[in-house]
Amino acid sequence: MRIPKMKVLFLAMALVAMAAGTALAAKINLTMFYPIAVGGKPYQVINELIQDFESKNPDISVKAVYYGNYDDTRTKCLAAIKAGEPVQLSVLFSIDIFDLVNQDLILAWEDVVQTDEERAWLKSFYPALMANSMYEGKTYGIPFQRSTIVMYYNKEAFREAGLDPEKPPATWDELVEMGKKLVKKDANGQVVRWGLSIPSTGYPYWMFQCFAIQNGLELMNKEGTEVYFNRPESVEALQFWHDLAYKHGIMPKGTTDWGTLRQRFLEGNTAMMWHTTGNLTPVKENAPFEFGVAMLPAHKRRGSPTGGGNFYIFKHTSPEERAAVLKFVKFMTEPINTAKWSIGTGYIATRPEAYETDLLKEYVSAFPAATVARDQLEYAVAELSTYETARVKKFLDDAIQSVLTDNATPKEALDKAQEGADRILRRYR
Amino acid sequence: MNPKIARHVYGWLLFSPAAIFFILFTHYPIVRSCVLSFFSNPRGSKPPRFVGLSNYDYLIHDPIFWQALKNNLIYAFGTIPITISLAIVMAVWVNRRMPGRAFVRAAYFTPTILPMIAIANIWLFFYTPGVGLFDSILNALGYPGRNWLGNPDTALLCLMVIAIWKDAGFFMIFYLAALQGIPQDVVEAGKIEGAGRWYFFRRVTFPLLMPTTVFVVFNALINTFRIVDHIFILTKGGPDNATQLLLYYLFQNAFEFWDTAYAATLTVVIMVILMTLALTQFKVLERRTHYQ
Repeated sequence: MRIPKMKVLFLAMALVAMAAGTALAAKINLTMFYPIAVGGKPYQVINELIQDFESKNPDISVKAVYYGNYDDTRTKCLAAIKAGEPVQLSVLFSIDIFDLVNQDLILAWEDVVQTDEERAWLKSFYPALMANSMYEGKTYGIPFQRSTIVMYYNKEAFREAGLDPEKPPATWDELVEMGKKLVKKDANGQVVRWGLSIPSTGYPYWMFQCFAIQNGLELMNKEGTEVYFNRPESVEALQFWHDLAYKHGIMPKGTTDWGTLRQRFLEGNTAMMWHTTGNLTPVKENAPFEFGVAMLPAHKRRGSPTGGGNFYIFKHTSPEERAAVLKFVKFMTEPINTAKWSIGTGYIATRPEAYETDLLKEYVSAFPAATVARDQLEYAVAELSTYETARVKKFLDDAIQSVLTDNATPKEALDKAQEGADRILRRYR
Repeated sequence: MNPKIARHVYGWLLFSPAAIFFILFTHYPIVRSCVLSFFSNPRGSKPPRFVGLSNYDYLIHDPIFWQALKNNLIYAFGTIPITISLAIVMAVWVNRRMPGRAFVRAAYFTPTILPMIAIANIWLFFYTPGVGLFDSILNALGYPGRNWLGNPDTALLCLMVIAIWKDAGFFMIFYLAALQGIPQDVVEAGKIEGAGRWYFFRRVTFPLLMPTTVFVVFNALINTFRIVDHIFILTKGGPDNATQLLLYYLFQNAFEFWDTAYAATLTVVIMVILMTLALTQFKVLERRTHYQ
């Protein structure tokens, strides 16, 4: 990465944006950035929805810019705002809410909506998805690209191992027991198929939250000012994740890559994987075998964190732009459009009404796996989100990776992470 | 107009386009980074305030910074000797009349023209445990596969292999040019004196390549601090900071943690390292490597 070149690029982009702005002054031009965290074709679906919107609203034009994963998108988006480029809305990580509010960049949607119908719209989403979307009682994020973590499993591998392919593991004990049966070794004793894989790069804290929630612990408070990384439940949870590899031998040792895990699953290298439901459509389209999707197994309780991106509206917008943004975001979250989005990607359709549309009803009846992530919302809790969320997350990520690579015990690692997080969060209490 | 003044104006006019860009995009950011490194990080409505050396104090007590520096040194000293040896061998190899010479040269040079991000995406799948290229080969030969990037003992090595693969061909070009600059009479003299091939290389070719070697060493060194694109794709600095390099850590602080103050501090440190390297290079080049 050569920093000076990037600056030149930003300048050039700003110039282009300015030129474009003057040429089409009559129309309202909206620019938004959005991320793609998994493969597949979210790009195509977004473009189709936007075309549809523009044909119905000829006075508004929307430029959607895809910019890498969540961090990349936020980086680019903030740099654009700083450079004075017109960006009115974006799909950014739901957990960035504390920092975006703290930086005084975003507006509460309550301050944008005007009619009762619009106010009702704010309340039309699954409540579990609002946990990461509200701050001090106000709505800052409109759920769009939202997920929970689900368990994908290879039904053929289940049959081969003498397991019932319609009964995926429902508890931690069953997970271990079935995992052991699913491990397949060749003549030399090399593992050719693992029982289970859980990604531990990219978003390790997110996967860890599953274990913590299932063990009865939420990792942070609602205000985003406290975390509970080194509680006994958390230590136990990390110990269990570690033991899946080092004691039970059903998961590869070391860290597991987020990006290539899907490929390993599709090639039969792992019989089960935990991954975002945003991977559902790509898996469906590419799996050469019959696969199933299940809720994550329970221990003290069931559970998964929610995840993904929300629509945010930025503060430095004119009243006309705000009205246009509202129109656009309302369009994108119309039941039929969230249904289209969900079918195209695997993400959850963010409002219950979407599942009442004929389109999604038909899809779901032919492909019941599509509702697992939604059904799991009942047990879902908020994704780890605090002030200075990225830095706090990194303490936990490092702790998880040091344990999964067997370089520290869960207690040591999590104590250290807690200490680091406390040092930062103290300032916000 | 006075011709002398006109000449000055002319000179400044010629100089100014480059100067403006240099000042705007190099000198001003350097100064600004230095200044920012003495201020606290602005948060929301709180403006930055002067904090003296406290960012540097944080840096000295930041274990991840030291780990990144150590990794950077391992990365540099692990890759450069091998890259250069390979570059010389390849250059000598393709600097002869042989069938398919152009093809071989192009093949060696190809990794250089690919963007690092593309390369990283390809190698990500080479390194994938179980189904990746390396594990497939190992398994076919009856050896166990490895979790290449997921193990702190091998992750940094994996990145180093990519750097070597990518850079060797690039440096080969410099050596190839240098080899063609070696005077033919020296070669003939060697032949007449009956110098063996290895003896000739050791006592004549290699010393004559010295200026190129110095140039390449320093550029390679600077590159190891400058190019971290593959880390974004392959490891994001993990597992547990095993592949954390200074520039990547700087990026994380600036853009993921929004900590511009600390990022500025890291910038200053990296800049000092790079400037020291560059200045040393000029000194060494001036003093030690003139043979002709």
